[in-house]
Amino acid sequence: MVGAAGGAAAMYQAMGMMGVAHASPYDGPIQLERAPEGTKVLVLGAGIAGMIAAMELRDAGYEVEVLEFRDVAGGRCWTMRAGDTYEELGGFTQTVDFAEGNYFNPGPWRVPYNHYGILDYCRRLGVELEPLIQINNHAYVHSVDAFDGKPVRYREINADFRGHISDLLSKVTDQGALDQVLSDEDKENLLAGLRTFGALNSDNAYVSGNDASSRRGYERPPGGGVDGAPIANEILDLSTLLDSGLWSRLATSEALNGSMPIFQPKGGMDMIARAMADNLGDLVRYRKRVTQIRQDDDGVSVTYEDLENDGAEGTTSADYCVCTIPFSILSQIDHDFSGPLSNVIQTMHYAASIKVGLEFKRRFWEEDEHIYGGTTYTDLPISQISYPSNDYLSDKPGVVLGAYSWGALAYQYSSIEPEDRVRRTVEWGSQIHPQMPEEFKAGVSVAWHRVPWTLGCYGLWQDKDAQYDDAVAMDRRIVCAGEHLSYLPAWMEGAVLSSLDAIRRLNETAIAAAGE
Amino acid sequence: MRMHQLFTPALFAATLAVVPAIADDSDAWFESRSVLTQQTGEGIYKAVCASCHMPDGQGATGAASYPALADNPTLEYPEYAVMLTLHGQAAMPPLRGVLDDEQIAEVVNYIRTSFGNDYPDDPATPEMVSQTR
Repeated sequence: MVGAAGGAAAMYQAMGMMGVAHASPYDGPIQLERAPEGTKVLVLGAGIAGMIAAMELRDAGYEVEVLEFRDVAGGRCWTMRAGDTYEELGGFTQTVDFAEGNYFNPGPWRVPYNHYGILDYCRRLGVELEPLIQINNHAYVHSVDAFDGKPVRYREINADFRGHISDLLSKVTDQGALDQVLSDEDKENLLAGLRTFGALNSDNAYVSGNDASSRRGYERPPGGGVDGAPIANEILDLSTLLDSGLWSRLATSEALNGSMPIFQPKGGMDMIARAMADNLGDLVRYRKRVTQIRQDDDGVSVTYEDLENDGAEGTTSADYCVCTIPFSILSQIDHDFSGPLSNVIQTMHYAASIKVGLEFKRRFWEEDEHIYGGTTYTDLPISQISYPSNDYLSDKPGVVLGAYSWGALAYQYSSIEPEDRVRRTVEWGSQIHPQMPEEFKAGVSVAWHRVPWTLGCYGLWQDKDAQYDDAVAMDRRIVCAGEHLSYLPAWMEGAVLSSLDAIRRLNETAIAAAGE
Repeated sequence: MRMHQLFTPALFAATLAVVPAIADDSDAWFESRSVLTQQTGEGIYKAVCASCHMPDGQGATGAASYPALADNPTLEYPEYAVMLTLHGQAAMPPLRGVLDDEQIAEVVNYIRTSFGNDYPDDPATPEMVSQTR
């Protein structure tokens, strides 16, 4: 009777509880109780977590002040555009020499459909999204050790791997090896499923022919008129396929956070940050570098260096504080957090990560290779090439994510100069797309360990299971928030969910204290 | 080069002890996706430490700082640098997963004798690193 009493939404929620539909931790716009009269909250950091806290607390009636180190909001939600200049740590400076309108997202670049929180903020703030092609059957998988280093279409590896395992399982089923676990009816159903799943022929075999080619592609594709009949191509034999290792890429885009549908804001990821910053207006005070955080029975007091004013010291105070400063930075700020929280701050480091954006004069991946968006995976140091999911078929330069790597590769990429990163990226990329050197126009790179406001990509714990509760707990008048304090690290959704949970508890604390 | 066939194992070991294994590993970059493959202290420094402490060891400052390794008195004894390199601290990542004991000893000794540091005595050894690991 839930449907009749509570309407479709309530019925849907009830279905979620029964496991029929998957419920997200995000359950709609936060409902905060009205703030106690004259209560002020100081928010440190104007990234996604900080701006969400500021917007919601303001709307609940709190006086809000936000301090931000940079001269723009967004934190890691960041877009580089034509004409931008970026100086990384060490003084290495890059100017983005892209064509007008082209951009590169060095931080977050995707918004998955199941990140309901950040999607809801996009909806509420009017941020326009467009689909990002994550997986493209016509892009490549590539290994320097397979097929003489030549890239292979994702479609061919996917079709052949599925075809061969279906073929093998069919044989095993027919030979009776599964008789102990399957009934005759089960076996019939399994064989029917495998024929469909693997594009097997009527004898349950995966062989070269039109069945296989309808998945993997043809030698001569179906056409019209004279010679319109298709000619099938040759499947890879199983041993060659297994030996290539390229099957290891097939599940890359099936993870819950990286599968289709997945979105990007039109015009660059920082459209989200800009919308939030516009919404907050002059509540955000830019170019304030926090140097000290103190709290006592009366409130929170923060000292900062005012970069707007020759570094003059300033102080501000509030009843409560939401601190979204990355722990890599916070560990060097003079604070009086509790011992357990201090311990987490002191032991969290931030991941090494590198992204290189390359602009080409011509969209050769579309014109020459019929690749429209999506990702090529490779074991070269660039790890992947992601093609732009916007401006398809246009007669103008396009920007490709030319490298996106982690760990040992990212350390090395980070250690060399920006020009060298771009040069090497083009060199490696040309093993997959020989057009690259000829068509190269401009490049930028962001090595996250050299980003002045984060010192790394995302927070990595010494012992997350043991430390998590200490880190997310409200410390008297201050609560920390951000992607680092979530189980969706590095994703904007982690920052959203962490922030909403933090302000919910802050609000309860403030109301309880006011009632005493 | 078939020279090595002329050495007995004992001679070979003795030779290794006096001749630096590799003088220049500037080509040993990006050879593995999971670990650093440089073997000299200088090569390892340039491939990983330089990303934050900078090529000249001067460190850098943004919203927070990477400390300078140049003229740094905390390098007088090797244990502290070995411990930090293995296990990290605050923004410094633990490097035990990407560097082996020999590499950590090499790079610590390189830093302790470069960038204005002059601590050639009591060098870090792979055994010391192994015990701290």
